[in-house]
Amino acid sequence: MEMKQLVCIGCPLGCNLNVTIEDDKTISVTGNTCPRGADYARKEMTDPRRIVTSSVKVTGGHLASVSVKTESDIPKGKIFDCVKALREVELTAPVSIGQIVLENVADTGVNVIATKNIYTDN
Amino acid sequence: MKIVDIAIIGGGPAGLAAAVAAREEGVQNILIIERDNELGGILNQCIHNGFGLHTFKEELTGPEYAGRYIEKVKEMEIPYLLHTIVIDIADNKVITVMNKEQGMFQIEAKAVILAMGCRERSRGALNIPGYRPAGIYSSGTAQRYVNMEGRMPGRKVVILGSGDIGLIMARRMTLEGAEVKVVAELMPYSGGLKRNIVQCLDDFGIPLKLSHTVVDIKGKKRVEGVTLAKVDENRRPIPGTEEFYECDTLLLSCGLIPENEISSQMGVELNPVTSGPVVNESLETNVEGVFACGNVLHVHDLVDYVSEEAKKAGENAAAYVQGSLKENRRQIPLKGENGVRYTVPCSIDVGRMEEKQVVRFRVGNVYKDKYLCIYYNDECISRKKKRVMAPGEMEQVILLKSKLEEHGDLERITIRLEEA
Amino acid sequence: MYDVTVIGAGVTGSAIARELSKYEYNVLVLEKNSDVCEGTSKANSGIVHAGFDAKPGSMMARMNVRGNQMMEQLSKDLDFSFRRNGSMVLCFDENDLGKLEALLEKGKKNGVPGLRILSKEEAKEMEPNLTDDMAAALFAPTGGIVCPFGLTIAMAENACENGVQFQLNTEVNNVVRRDDSYVLETDRGEIETKIVINAAGVYADRFHNMVSDDKMEIIPRKGEYCLMDKKVGTFVNSTIFQLPTIYGKGVLVTPTVHGNLLAGPTAVDIEDKENTQTTGDGLAELMKKVQISTPGIPLRQTITSFTGLRAHWTEHEFLIKEVEEAPGFIDVAGIESPGLTSAPAIGEYVAELVQGIMPMGKKENFKATRKGIPNVAEASFEERQELIRKNPAYANVICRCEVVTEGEIMDAIHRPLGATTVDGVKRRTRAGMGRCQAGFCAPKTVEILARELGKDVSEITKSGEGSNYLTGYNKEDL
Repeated sequence: MEMKQLVCIGCPLGCNLNVTIEDDKTISVTGNTCPRGADYARKEMTDPRRIVTSSVKVTGGHLASVSVKTESDIPKGKIFDCVKALREVELTAPVSIGQIVLENVADTGVNVIATKNIYTDN
Repeated sequence: MKIVDIAIIGGGPAGLAAAVAAREEGVQNILIIERDNELGGILNQCIHNGFGLHTFKEELTGPEYAGRYIEKVKEMEIPYLLHTIVIDIADNKVITVMNKEQGMFQIEAKAVILAMGCRERSRGALNIPGYRPAGIYSSGTAQRYVNMEGRMPGRKVVILGSGDIGLIMARRMTLEGAEVKVVAELMPYSGGLKRNIVQCLDDFGIPLKLSHTVVDIKGKKRVEGVTLAKVDENRRPIPGTEEFYECDTLLLSCGLIPENEISSQMGVELNPVTSGPVVNESLETNVEGVFACGNVLHVHDLVDYVSEEAKKAGENAAAYVQGSLKENRRQIPLKGENGVRYTVPCSIDVGRMEEKQVVRFRVGNVYKDKYLCIYYNDECISRKKKRVMAPGEMEQVILLKSKLEEHGDLERITIRLEEA
Repeated sequence: MYDVTVIGAGVTGSAIARELSKYEYNVLVLEKNSDVCEGTSKANSGIVHAGFDAKPGSMMARMNVRGNQMMEQLSKDLDFSFRRNGSMVLCFDENDLGKLEALLEKGKKNGVPGLRILSKEEAKEMEPNLTDDMAAALFAPTGGIVCPFGLTIAMAENACENGVQFQLNTEVNNVVRRDDSYVLETDRGEIETKIVINAAGVYADRFHNMVSDDKMEIIPRKGEYCLMDKKVGTFVNSTIFQLPTIYGKGVLVTPTVHGNLLAGPTAVDIEDKENTQTTGDGLAELMKKVQISTPGIPLRQTITSFTGLRAHWTEHEFLIKEVEEAPGFIDVAGIESPGLTSAPAIGEYVAELVQGIMPMGKKENFKATRKGIPNVAEASFEERQELIRKNPAYANVICRCEVVTEGEIMDAIHRPLGATTVDGVKRRTRAGMGRCQAGFCAPKTVEILARELGKDVSEITKSGEGSNYLTGYNKEDL
């Protein structure tokens, strides 16, 4: 039996989690104030994932770039692949919140979407 | 002269939430005055996720969070001015503003909500020795470049200060191709949220050096490197511990200061601890009909709390212009001591307060297993064990009107930390 | 071939250029930096000294008193900030009263008007924040404060408008004497000139030694300063000096013409003529020393600290004369304090020297006045409205701390000798000089510079080549 300590990243509260692991399986999580904490600890032990936020180029908009995020979390190991894939993306204004910017980024099955409205510049 | 019921200075999260709340209370004639070219304030450049869990029960990015409120403001057709700077507010609430389209003009307001936000502590204010080359940025400036303009302010980065913006910029710079060499923190603990240390530093193997500071900046034209040194318990650099880091950029994330120059010019009293206005339970300043909320009042950790606070300010300003805000009868001073650095509000009129009064504060150090106590005069009426409290996180207690009413002779309320 | 070439576009070089521009000379000013006012002239106390400190009969005393007399009219002619706020020298020890008297006598000999000794009570009535541990003070009503950037840029601009050429980003590497002229070898080619004026500040010894066997040495004397927020700008009204004690030369505390509070400088002789770094020890020493005069000084309100290098000649005197063995080569060296005060007088005097070497008629169309950039922050409501009517950009505030508008920044860029860098804009308009120290406005200033100069933002620098703000685009280095 092994004890691991984690800080939950599910929300800004940052609960200190105590995770008990046996035979590579998480058997108990304590210290969490909500079920998300337990979910996070289990996932972090087996399949750590992150939401990635970045920005991509826009032409013809009130700003030269638009902020984006992965629609859901992607494997931690794919973070840089995701950002690299966004390097080639260039949008044209207008862009609206929620608009898909890149489908199935880095073969994660997750789309990247815009997080800000960009108006045409005039 | 243009006359409005409520003028809101600042169209960031505080100003937007205050405007929406005031309109919901039935005030039609509201005006938001924003200096930038769009609403949303600093949230527009905070493109990371983690906003809105309390307010919207989902995790949003900064622009998305702002977007929700901007949409409401637009739906409600609340008027706003963009690219407009407030030059001055006279104590009779006549506001002088300027913009390129309309020039300079004045607006008379019945009530004013201060929601101007804060600025970052600069290198000069930190007295960091060395040269003064290009490549020294406050984290927020760098954040604006990277997140809104798609431009990199540097390639090899050292960050001083482990406040949230500093931590988040460590990740942002890394993800956009820069090498973040180290984050140094003067204090023996981080000023940022734990989850940001995990997500922004640990994930990328960026070292966090606690009790370290920058003692020299090299490079005449552009930063060529910085020297870090360990500091003793009095925060003085320890000779012999210097370590040189080659870099072209130094980002500073060493604290935020509420921007109250306009407030003090109009006679608003400031709290020297927070640099924000002294407010009562209604978030009203010493100038009648002038309210404050958000980071101009005190620096918050979560925008959700800003929205919540601003909602109250908006409601109270609405009540003020509608004549339904109860008369100010007897303010009972409320203060923090023994580890509690300040409280917002600073005083309470029991007759005016709602059933539940949220009191927010920050502690001055990292405290473990201390008791958070509330005193009515000299009587301890609440004592709760707190596992951990840190300066980076805002704390709160709730005072109940019913309880306060039971103490007719209340002269002061004190919130303090005590040993077991 | 130029008639006169001035090496160095600091306050001295600019003052000389302006005086020479009154005559029909063909004048060139060479400056190694990307702007005028980039060396000693940009980092000093901004004091217009009354003139009691210099040795009677010295060139320093003469130039100081004359410069002080000229400053007020010049500030009106050339539209820069100047205020006669008076100055005091504090004497902390009864035993030192003799030294204070001696200073008074020296001042009288130098022709400084209105000097008088104040009792402790009199001094404290005028300046309530002075220490209780003082014996008396020497008061000089003619002491003043000036904006060093304002003064330098005003004189340079006026010279430029009157036909003087300024070649920036040009470093002189060697001076070669020909029969009736000199060739200046620069990193941008050779320049031939009949007369050379060596106004190179801390590097003046280098140029002097190129043409003279009578070698001289200019020692960079480093001085560190703290500048405090405008909130505390009225902490003192006059400039407060300290009478030197056995613990060394003191530091001063003064309001600035723009309403900040300034403390400094320390004095450390160094070797490196480019070493303008502040140090932990230096700032600590400064903070300790300034509290001797004003124990309650609000040092926590510091918004920036900086270092200046004074061009200290080992003889501690202004060396202003034609080099004997190099006719037509005029040294203007050792211009340390009170150099800023003296600059207009030095300009006048050097023009006389040039006249002596190569007489020339006066320009008929010399333009003696110059209007500065409008100051929106200090303008009245009506003046502001008038400005905005002319150009709506005067309503677009870029630097919120100092209330500097887009219109003023555009003016700074498009004037004669206009700003090409962020520091250049700062020194002309004060954008970025406030309490947030350009945190909010630097990106906007960069953008305006790029737009107005037809460049990309990545090309814009803080202070010339190699000081770019941006290093590239996102994701380029991934």
